[in-house]
Amino acid sequence: MFLAFVSDNPWLEAVARLAIIALLIPIGVIMLTWVERKVIGRLQMRLGPMRVGPYGLLQGFADTIKLLTKEDLRPHTADRWTFELAPFVIVVPVIMSLVAIPFTADLFIQNLTLGLFYFVAVSGLSIVGFVMAGWGSDNKYALLGGVRAAAQLISYEIPLVMAIVAVAMLPQTLNIPAIVAAQQDTPNIVFQSLAFLIFVIAGTAELYRPPFDIPVAESEVVGGPTVEYSGIRWSMFQLGEFVSMVLISILGSLIFLGGWQWPWSLFDESVPVAAQVAMMALKTSVFIFFFMWIRTSLPRLRIDQMMSFCWQILLPFALLQIILNGLVLVYDWPNETLILLSGAASVAAVYLTNRTARMSGVRFEPGLQRVGSVL
Amino acid sequence: MAIETRLPAESDLETIDINVNVGPQHPATHGVFRMILTVDGELVVDLDPVIGYMHRGNEKLPENCDFRQVIGYHDRTDYLAQFNTEHCYVEAVERLAGITPPERAEYIRVILAEMNRIASHLMFFGAFGTDIGLFGTSFMYAFRDRETIQDFFEEITGERMMYNYFRPGGVAWDLPENFHERCWQVLNSVERGIDQLDALMMENEVVLARCRGLSPVTPDDAINWGLSGPMLRATGLKHDLRRAEPYSIYDRFKFEIPTGTQGDVYDRLVVRMEEMRQSAWIVEQALDDMPDGPIMAEGLKRVLRVPAGEVYMRVESPRGEYGTYLVSQGSDKPWRHKVRGASFSNLSALRAMSVGNYISDVIIILGSIDIVLCEVDR
Repeated sequence: MFLAFVSDNPWLEAVARLAIIALLIPIGVIMLTWVERKVIGRLQMRLGPMRVGPYGLLQGFADTIKLLTKEDLRPHTADRWTFELAPFVIVVPVIMSLVAIPFTADLFIQNLTLGLFYFVAVSGLSIVGFVMAGWGSDNKYALLGGVRAAAQLISYEIPLVMAIVAVAMLPQTLNIPAIVAAQQDTPNIVFQSLAFLIFVIAGTAELYRPPFDIPVAESEVVGGPTVEYSGIRWSMFQLGEFVSMVLISILGSLIFLGGWQWPWSLFDESVPVAAQVAMMALKTSVFIFFFMWIRTSLPRLRIDQMMSFCWQILLPFALLQIILNGLVLVYDWPNETLILLSGAASVAAVYLTNRTARMSGVRFEPGLQRVGSVL
Repeated sequence: MAIETRLPAESDLETIDINVNVGPQHPATHGVFRMILTVDGELVVDLDPVIGYMHRGNEKLPENCDFRQVIGYHDRTDYLAQFNTEHCYVEAVERLAGITPPERAEYIRVILAEMNRIASHLMFFGAFGTDIGLFGTSFMYAFRDRETIQDFFEEITGERMMYNYFRPGGVAWDLPENFHERCWQVLNSVERGIDQLDALMMENEVVLARCRGLSPVTPDDAINWGLSGPMLRATGLKHDLRRAEPYSIYDRFKFEIPTGTQGDVYDRLVVRMEEMRQSAWIVEQALDDMPDGPIMAEGLKRVLRVPAGEVYMRVESPRGEYGTYLVSQGSDKPWRHKVRGASFSNLSALRAMSVGNYISDVIIILGSIDIVLCEVDR
């Protein structure tokens, strides 16, 4: 009765959907911080949080309460409006880009025809927030971090978008449910492994997660743009970071892993909604676990290595994937040729990266060594 | 290596170099070291190290102490290699007073000092991983094994950090009954841990890309700066005081002196990693040969009066050459007491190694020196 009333009225329905999202995001993020601490704890032979609640389940809530009740500090010399607005400029685009993300065939906030385009356009806006935070804090660490963040985000946006474009090329649509539907038989990761690799790497860089945590590097710039923030404003940064992590993970599982579809059409046409959601959750968790996993095992890159890796390896290979897709489209080759072409190109990319990393700084002739070798 | 100060590039845009204060309260400066970086964007144009926050008069204070009371101050100079520093001091007093410690005490000292070297290098790898951005993983792995060693030391000396166990003429008391089994047990688990740490750090592509070729030091420069320890050996010089002028009973053991080739940060890691294995080997040999017998030289007075004279004793501590210069005028207190800290000399090369590099590289160059601020400031 009530549900029918709500779903009849488009305005009420929109408000209800937004309310659900607004409730889900903070709780999800709080649980995700717990998961991250647990996962990292186990990978480092620790237990992780164990005190608050069973297995420390309520730790995130306790932390949130602490953050909410903390004094909201602003440095005396900070630029007031820039400083205070920055966390919101980061969080709002992230939550806005949630609008275009479907969770199952029927469960979404808004099915946009240009969903992928909208996602890319809106999520790129949060750069501004980091630069604002870096500039407005009137802190040298924050300034360095803000400039680093701008450089990194703008650079890695390009291969990320190109990987997404490559995916959108074959089904020739930017509508996410349509892209998912096109992966009915085989997920895109099989056809476009190169684009998948680039997407994951560039996505990691977009999230400032190791090995690309250069803007927020603790041992160098002590947290970068977030260094002067405390309490609720700091938790905004955290919120933005975790929601974007979930977003990238969901997007990755949608456009590369076949989204809510079960492999080999296990339920054959009539997949129950619960099973769809479970599949989505599983695929998303794989991504999230991957991001947490590499955080414990990879050190940080240097800023010039990060930049040259983006422009010298990721970008050319992303272009290569687009060219391959274009060839398949123009000459009407079967999609299966892409498995071979893209696979070979990914092997080449991995080999090249590995080789440059291993060869960097190895001195072949004495006296010719450059200090601070570049990839 | 001449220090090159980079001038800001000519352009229409007016740019200024900013000073960034790294330390004394900064996650990357081990202890309370402070460096004032002058940066041009991400490049470090100049570096001004500031030390002295940790100065406690560790050289002057012992001049008012009995010869045996000084041991505790040596624990507190290099608080990660306490047995090595104690070894240096007690050996200096013994040389000055003409005391010969019994065999068993020498073996105990060597075993403990080498175990301490492993513990210190483990600490280095843990902290270095954090410097290079390995979110705590190396720390946890390294500290698990360091903890094992510290528990072992606690069983012997009753202390976890400031052991105060060596004495002029021997050691304070005999080892516990189950020393041999426990030592093998600790050694085996630590050697397993070293292999894991090796797999985590040394073959990591990011570590390779970051550390290889970074701030290479030539052997000549290393000698001119007075570098010692792994910093010196990374340049390719096979200089180890345990071999060069064998003190204690180091001439009885077989061990390799690991050296690097380029003297860069990666070579320093390699040298330290290999040194841990060599130390474990020395401990194994010492355990096999350790005799029974007294642990303290005969006929020592309750108040130790050392005949007038002077002595400079140096040992190979995990950080390099750790030395003590003692002058006695025949009383029960040292008349002059000077400590040569390896970290201090190694740190003096920081500016020349860092200028021209990126900020993040300066952090790991500082980390690769493996300073202990208590030893720098004393």
